[in-house]
Amino acid sequence: MSAATSPTASPSEASKLAAFDALIAENQRIEPSDWMPEAYRKTLVRQMSQHAHSEIIGMQPEGNWITRAPSLKRKAILMAKVQDEAGHGLYLYSATETLGITRDEMLDQLHTGKAKYSSIFNYLAPSWADMGSIGWLVDGAAIANQVPLCRASYGPYGRAMVRICKEESFHQRQGFEILLALMNGTEAQQRMAQESVDRWYAPALMMFGPPDAESPNSQQSMAWKIKRFSNDDLRQRFVDMIVPQAEFLGVTLPDPDLRWNEDRGHYDFGELDWDEFYAVLRGSGQANALRLAKRRAAHDEGAWVREAARAYAERAASSERLAS
Amino acid sequence: MEHQRQPPTEVLTPEALAASVGQQGGSPSPPDAVARYALGLGDDALILAQRLGEWIANAPELEEDVALGNIGLDTLGHARSLLTYAGSAWGKTEDDLAYFRDEADFRCRQIFEQPNGDFAQTIARQLIVSAYFTVLYRGLVDSADGTLAAIAAKAAKEVDYHLDHSEIWSVRLALGTEESRRRTVAGLEAIWPFVDELFADDPAADAVPAVAVRPGTLREPFDAIVLPVLARAELAVPTTPAVAGGGRLGVHSEALGHLLAEMQVLARQHPGAVW
Repeated sequence: MSAATSPTASPSEASKLAAFDALIAENQRIEPSDWMPEAYRKTLVRQMSQHAHSEIIGMQPEGNWITRAPSLKRKAILMAKVQDEAGHGLYLYSATETLGITRDEMLDQLHTGKAKYSSIFNYLAPSWADMGSIGWLVDGAAIANQVPLCRASYGPYGRAMVRICKEESFHQRQGFEILLALMNGTEAQQRMAQESVDRWYAPALMMFGPPDAESPNSQQSMAWKIKRFSNDDLRQRFVDMIVPQAEFLGVTLPDPDLRWNEDRGHYDFGELDWDEFYAVLRGSGQANALRLAKRRAAHDEGAWVREAARAYAERAASSERLAS
Repeated sequence: MEHQRQPPTEVLTPEALAASVGQQGGSPSPPDAVARYALGLGDDALILAQRLGEWIANAPELEEDVALGNIGLDTLGHARSLLTYAGSAWGKTEDDLAYFRDEADFRCRQIFEQPNGDFAQTIARQLIVSAYFTVLYRGLVDSADGTLAAIAAKAAKEVDYHLDHSEIWSVRLALGTEESRRRTVAGLEAIWPFVDELFADDPAADAVPAVAVRPGTLREPFDAIVLPVLARAELAVPTTPAVAGGGRLGVHSEALGHLLAEMQVLARQHPGAVW
């Protein structure tokens, strides 16, 4: 089967498509100036802008703790991390703009609820230990998802991901260190860490998306080499990674079915609550409304600043024209 | 007794300083009088960084989330170095000083604790404090205290960028739209009453004349930076009367208590805990 099937292609379209398919087959990069099937472009815009939105919304649960971080070192690390996320959002919006959509249009889709962001940020972060769990589990799952994206077939996406992945691994480590400090701390701190891991474990596993059998977009994305591994493969890889880390931390992962399977050479784990996943996706998570309202408020309250910057730039440009 | 001049040490990260201060081969702990001076400077930076941290995820555009975050992070770095150094005189860590002192023990000047207001007011405050830090740290590079001189040398380079950022935005907002101009004027008027206090006498500085920069000497170079920016932005110097001040003596505005309540809440719920 062709990587990109398009039954209605005209003869010239057909030869462009053949060239595109050949590039994909040879593991070459597609660049912004290359022809690409409309469906490929749309899939990328959807995935990349969702990814950018996730970085921006993802600033909120951690931004919520910057002013209360319990040590100045943790405050500095958290500020740097949230700032990195804003930077990731910027690269990703820029990379997506190469596909013919503007940042304003993408933000508009986010603010009107038309575009999605990672559902994980619709969970609340009421505890300091959540800064640890978000780093260790949420960023950990994000890395497992994102490392293969460094080889994504679309050039600007793959290159943006290389830089993002480097910073994400620092984020995961700082999350692990927060939990480690808590687990080495007082009883109250240990309880705080365990309670947080209890809340984040299953939602983090669901970040890889529904089981392969129920993930209709995945196969096409894999054929296009945007996505390189299936949801279930990535989830398994992630579980295999975090179990020994949890043992090192001394936290219990809240899954009675979690055990090593000698035959498979992997950890078995229990069924996830996919009803909850779809409910959060539909908008009934703990924080869907809160996250979006806060994002809209920041944007709306900043409108006059952006207008001022535009007006000033226009005036500066026209006085330059007069001078020349 | 005059504090002995030390050669400026390498660029001092707070961690490196905390690990080396008072140790053999590291920076010596400061005498009490120098520590008191450093404490005031550290509190200024800490409280400003806390305010800037409030902007992250709330800025008018992503570029400003990054920029204000960066400025806040640099400023927090200065605070950590200064507080670590000051605390070493008393067997206290930066966190002991940041989290386990009450309002009246803080020595920050009142401008740093003022609420952010809107973006225009934050930029007005940032223009003033960046200009102040610029002239302060440039002067402090020649301090007889080698550690303070080294901290100042690193900070001077960073606040130069902060000043650029606030200059650009001051002009842009003042000459942008009617609304941005109205807000800029209002922001500047709200923050200007706290300017004079920056240059008021400080007993902690007077006690260590070879180490400290006398605040009064900074007014002229400060004006030389700020007044031309206001002129370019076509903004008049506000005539709003100065507040009484007294931050260096532990006298604060109502805003500081709220800021500390938020900043200290978790640390105080778990005294003695390591994070």
